[in-house]
Amino acid sequence: MKNQPDWRPTATLAALKSRAQQSAFVRGFFAQRNVMEVETPVLGRCGVTEPNLDGIPAKSTAQGVEGGWLQTSPEYHMKRLLAADSGSIYQISKVFRNGERGSRHNPEFSMLEWYRTGFDDEVLMTEVADLVCGWLECPRPKATSYRQAMIDWAGIDPFVVTESDLHQRCRQWLEPEQLQDLSRDGCLDLLMGFAVEPNLGTETPVFINQYPASQASLARISNVDGFDVAHRFELYIDGLELCNGYWELTNADEQRARFEADNRQRKAAGKTEMDVDEAFLMALERGLPDCAGVALGLDRLLMLKTGTRDIADVLAFPIERA
Amino acid sequence: MASYSTNEFRGGLKVLLDGDPCIILENEIVKPGKGQAFNRVRLRNLMSNRVWERTFKSGESLEAADVMDQDMEYLYTDGEFWHFMLTDGSFEQYAADAKAVGDTIKWLKEQDVYTVTLYNGAPLTVTPPNFVELEVVETDPGMKGDTAQGGSKPATLSTGAVVSVPLFITIGEVLKVDTRSGEYMNRVKSS
Repeated sequence: MKNQPDWRPTATLAALKSRAQQSAFVRGFFAQRNVMEVETPVLGRCGVTEPNLDGIPAKSTAQGVEGGWLQTSPEYHMKRLLAADSGSIYQISKVFRNGERGSRHNPEFSMLEWYRTGFDDEVLMTEVADLVCGWLECPRPKATSYRQAMIDWAGIDPFVVTESDLHQRCRQWLEPEQLQDLSRDGCLDLLMGFAVEPNLGTETPVFINQYPASQASLARISNVDGFDVAHRFELYIDGLELCNGYWELTNADEQRARFEADNRQRKAAGKTEMDVDEAFLMALERGLPDCAGVALGLDRLLMLKTGTRDIADVLAFPIERA
Repeated sequence: MASYSTNEFRGGLKVLLDGDPCIILENEIVKPGKGQAFNRVRLRNLMSNRVWERTFKSGESLEAADVMDQDMEYLYTDGEFWHFMLTDGSFEQYAADAKAVGDTIKWLKEQDVYTVTLYNGAPLTVTPPNFVELEVVETDPGMKGDTAQGGSKPATLSTGAVVSVPLFITIGEVLKVDTRSGEYMNRVKSS
């Protein structure tokens, strides 16, 4: 590329000031609730097995330790602190996701992640609402299940729809040959992204919860109306996905099984399999206290605060100018 | 031929889609939660000039289209083809057909330089510069001294283009015209 470099920030001074105020608001919020701020590595020894997240490999060398990954989330390190009896903690950190750049994505972005011991997903949703609505001065969110949102906006019941009906619905966006190797969850993700998300939270903010167990990631699973659902929630405002929270899985064996399942998916998709983070699994074996945790995109929160639809408007320097 | 995967997609990239060369106008990533990522891409088909919107799974790729923009001087037409020559000193010549020349025909002046888009080495489109200077060959008699605002008349230029000009313009004058809007800008010199 022969792009001329541009030294100027893409965000206005007003947006940069708003970012500073947002950080102060967040720190004040947690100080009041006695949640401790922590810092964990941005450069970690391991990446993640998540099939749809690609970390950025590093080439560090120090004291015989080589390589490493820019972290996609501070989750594993923070859970190791929880296993070491830290109590409730939060962190404002930079996280990295390779290949993601668009009007709401930048490969490096700011994440607010916090864990509350003794909370379940319901209680944590209340706290997320306190924080977000306190800062944005918006109405409190209502909650809708993943199943209901899919029925309302995509016209399918994600738990019972047949493979062929699901593919038929996806034909609006993808050709038959593109659908051939797309998993059931991949099809649901397509409908979520294209048919459902743009409609979420356009009037009042909305929590989506009770995700299919196959999309549980690190959340506990319960049976609701005869279907296995994950104790996972996301908050949407104006079609913008703001956070992802879980009532956290604390079982090390189950966690290892999910990592291995992730790697099978990665292999099937032609991606490199990732080393399982053994230190994290050891911490789980030592014992993670009962807790709920959530990760919230601070750049997107600032987009809502400043009323822009382009993440570049709230970043000093997006990747093209970084 | 090279190919581009979704994370290399960006505005201006030229790719092959359904066998036609296209230029990417916009690439947006759509990714719910921790789910599969997709790219919503707007492209202009360079053959039909139509704008398409397509969805790709992240990681899919498209073949690169052998499309290049070159500066070329217009030489002459033999009635069937319009002949252009590279301005890089190679004197290499290319023949564009009526489809490639398209609407640009009304701005073609010998020895002026145009952007010729080559697809697989053959002219696909010819784009005029934003401004051209052309002589008036036909218009109603000028009204001397009428340089005030208001009033216009058609004038035919040496290439056959008809533009709306102020009443004071006379045959033989050279005008600067905006090829994007077809609007008269100003007189370049008087005859």
